[in-house]
Amino acid sequence: MSASVDGGYLDAAAALPLSPAAREALLAALEDGWADPSRLYGAARRARLLLEGAREAVADVLGARPDEVSFTGSGTQAAHLAVLGALAGRSGTGAHVVHSAIEHSCVLAAVAHAAGEASAAPVDRLGRVDIAAFRAALRRDTALACLISASHEVGTVQPVDAVVERCGGVPLFVDAAQSAGRAPLPTGWALLTASAHKWGGPPGVGVLAIRTGTRWRSPLPADEREGGRVPGAPGLPQILSAAVGLQAAAAEAASEDARLRPLVERLRSGIAAGVPDVEVVGDPDDRLPHLLTFSCLYVDGEALLTALDAEGFAVSSGSSCTASTLEPSHVLVAMGVLTHGNVRLSLHRDTTESEVDRFLSVLPPLVARLRREAGAEAL
Amino acid sequence: MSPVVTVDCLGRPCPVPVIELARALPGVAVGELVDVLSDDPAAALDIPAWCRMRRQEYVGATERVNGSAYRVRRLV
Repeated sequence: MSASVDGGYLDAAAALPLSPAAREALLAALEDGWADPSRLYGAARRARLLLEGAREAVADVLGARPDEVSFTGSGTQAAHLAVLGALAGRSGTGAHVVHSAIEHSCVLAAVAHAAGEASAAPVDRLGRVDIAAFRAALRRDTALACLISASHEVGTVQPVDAVVERCGGVPLFVDAAQSAGRAPLPTGWALLTASAHKWGGPPGVGVLAIRTGTRWRSPLPADEREGGRVPGAPGLPQILSAAVGLQAAAAEAASEDARLRPLVERLRSGIAAGVPDVEVVGDPDDRLPHLLTFSCLYVDGEALLTALDAEGFAVSSGSSCTASTLEPSHVLVAMGVLTHGNVRLSLHRDTTESEVDRFLSVLPPLVARLRREAGAEAL
Repeated sequence: MSPVVTVDCLGRPCPVPVIELARALPGVAVGELVDVLSDDPAAALDIPAWCRMRRQEYVGATERVNGSAYRVRRLV
């Protein structure tokens, strides 16, 4: 049996079920990978070999050396350790951070927690960071720069390599959670993080890669685990499953890209044609293969999510009414696009053309009904 | 020039301020102004975005004791 999802699950950017390869690896690892890899007996040596094999596999996909890769308890923990450790390692330089205005909230939280001062580089209407503004924000006391590989909310790929060239030696942290296992990764990063449940691995595994030579100091009491970067015994079965899942995702990334892009394009043109007053946001071409975001004028985002859920569609939204803070998504705000009636669709290996077509037939009457109920029918 | 119409949306969440703006605009002549009073954080984005989509002019926002006044000029 393979893990899969019901038709209508379009929130792959939040989490995916285990891919068949990752599931098989997890079941095998529960039998074989339970011992503590740091001990000095047979079962521990076996566990250590498995762990180091997983590290090599992940490093290979990320374009890193195995000793640059550590496993963490989540993508968020990896991002926190990247930011906090890099700032601790470069405290002699300063405590200023430059980041794009569209970083994931976990990166912004780490910056707010640990940086002395931070500057946000703006993005354009398509959600791409302004390279000149990013460079201009760098200062003598800038200890770290942060740029997401591609927007997790609107899909626009970020010019990471162009920013690296202009960073003038300031280490760049790249949050690659949406790109790892799906899209080509940049190479010039000093720190890179990813999250296994975004590529079909299990939840509870993140990856922190730190380039050799990057100054980084553990913000936590360090032990001998994970190169002194992540204290505590690693979750070996989940890590083995994550590594196999990443290899499988990377192996099928090109064919999935070729399959999903036309489906996303079909959604883009179908939504624009079928729903009046809709704004499809993000770069139409230079984007992640699996993700599409749009906003419907005069529609309450929470009502739209609820109505789509009733039709069997799981999607997410950046509208303020769907957030616990009641603030609109900082990504949509930075882009200057409509924030209400917002929906993010993210596709995956089980998404079919008929599911996409069903979404396109369900959405227009549903939006029309919500507008009618809001008294916004012919505005 | 003072606005011809003021739309009070204080205490009402998005997308109400934009809906009320769209309702009010036909009631003023081309070239005249509408002020939308709103304390919803999304209005700061959604009113300029609506003006862009509808080809109307977003004049700007002024802070008030409660929320802000978002000024729009009817162009078409």
